[in-house]
Amino acid sequence: MTSLLSAGLGLKPAHFDAALACPAEGLWFEVHPENYLVAGGPRLRWLEAVRAAHPVSLHGVSLSLAGTSPPDADHLQRFAALVRRIEPALVSEHLAWSAFDDACFPDLLPFPRSTEALHRIASAIDQTQTALGRRIAIENPSHYLRIDGHEWDEIDFLKELVRRTGCGLLLDVNNVHVSARNLGFDATGYLNRFPGEAVMEIHLAGHSTDPSLGEALLIDSHDAPVAPEVWSLYRHLITRIGARPTLIERDGNVPAFDELLAERAVAADALQQLAEPEVAR
Amino acid sequence: MSLAQFQAEFAAALFDPEATAGLASQAAFSVYRNTVMKGCIDALEANFPCVARLVGSEWFRAAAALHVVANPPTDGRLLHYGADFPDFLARFEPTRDLPWLPDVARLDRCWTEAHVAADAQAVDTAWLAALAPDALGHARLSPHSAARWHWFCDAPVYSLWQRNRSGEGLDDDLPWEGEGALLTRPTDAVDWCAASQADCAFLDSCAAGESLGSAAAAALAVQADVDLAGLLAKLLRAGAVVLAPSSDESPT
Repeated sequence: MTSLLSAGLGLKPAHFDAALACPAEGLWFEVHPENYLVAGGPRLRWLEAVRAAHPVSLHGVSLSLAGTSPPDADHLQRFAALVRRIEPALVSEHLAWSAFDDACFPDLLPFPRSTEALHRIASAIDQTQTALGRRIAIENPSHYLRIDGHEWDEIDFLKELVRRTGCGLLLDVNNVHVSARNLGFDATGYLNRFPGEAVMEIHLAGHSTDPSLGEALLIDSHDAPVAPEVWSLYRHLITRIGARPTLIERDGNVPAFDELLAERAVAADALQQLAEPEVAR
Repeated sequence: MSLAQFQAEFAAALFDPEATAGLASQAAFSVYRNTVMKGCIDALEANFPCVARLVGSEWFRAAAALHVVANPPTDGRLLHYGADFPDFLARFEPTRDLPWLPDVARLDRCWTEAHVAADAQAVDTAWLAALAPDALGHARLSPHSAARWHWFCDAPVYSLWQRNRSGEGLDDDLPWEGEGALLTRPTDAVDWCAASQADCAFLDSCAAGESLGSAAAAALAVQADVDLAGLLAKLLRAGAVVLAPSSDESPT
């Protein structure tokens, strides 16, 4: 199923009508399920209408898989109901935590990759996949901080989660670029070591520089077009691992739909030109 | 350090600009502080659009930041964030000169609740027409899951909210008297109209599971000259009520 998806776009409410009508081949849309976990009303009908015209991916931001508590049972139940209703092509979440002690922080927070964390996250992924009745993809995070206490390399950690839970991975190339610049590692080397066979989806987005620290601190801000360095890394990646559904994320300074569609066409063309013609999944 | 210890320190430092130990000593920690705070404030500004327009974005965001620290979100679905924001505004010293502002916030909150409420089939006027007259007093109706109503005795809160919501200006001669509001979602879009104290008393009674006869008495108790037929017809037209769950008064 996923091999039919080409390049997709994050769906913005302002673009619903244009998204519905757009005939681009292989186009799909991604939404945060949190915005549609409602009892009723027009939001679900909007999403169902888009789903009737295009494949849809659900990209969760609040499960807090790296949290110290298991995923919220009510949240999982609502998420599962949305999955049954929308029949998404892909479902994904993050290698991060966002909930602690009743508070839910709207961010994807880092943690030391310890064996304790590995056990907790593997268990949370298991519970999620069981509740949703399907495989989910886990996204590599953006890094800003130097954290002591890592017992695991990030790629080894992700591979071990794949081995233990059968989950897939979502490789965010912009996150790799931002993290590599902030923490001082080689982005190409990271991509070369990433387990391509587990990658179910790729994310691309724009970033910005920190207002006070400038180029020394890149921020995964999703408020600009995809940067040239990230496009180069992306082409390098898909040449190595083959075509994967690729999403352009844009959350700030959102331009007209046609402008996003043109950026999306760059990814769709790259997938067609660079990737192997047949992708076995 | 255990994962729980790490997260407890991290979470505490997020809202404490004085925290400079550990990870908070790195300049990049501010990325998380800024993202979390901006995400929470953006959510409040989106969920309370009339309050934000009435006081201006700068005032709103400063007040919202204080609320975020005191009451961070407890649900990952940010469109639900701010249930206690109206009460926060009511206790907030700088709103003392704007005593109607918390009630405008209550109507913003009502809009969100109506927008995401469960779908339900409202009772229409045909139901009323088919009902035997002597059955009316014993019939029971429940408020529609999307219906929200509020009586404000001190200020024309509905006019303040409604005109702001619709992009209309305020008249200088707006009569300064109590007003109520009724929000419903008859189809996809949230709709609203002014509500009298009797309308609100009637709906309160329906919500408590009382019969239409008791609801009518409750409406009469707050407004002796109320037009009960007109009141019921208005609620039916607005899509404000459904058949009560165990009602056996349905004419079909």
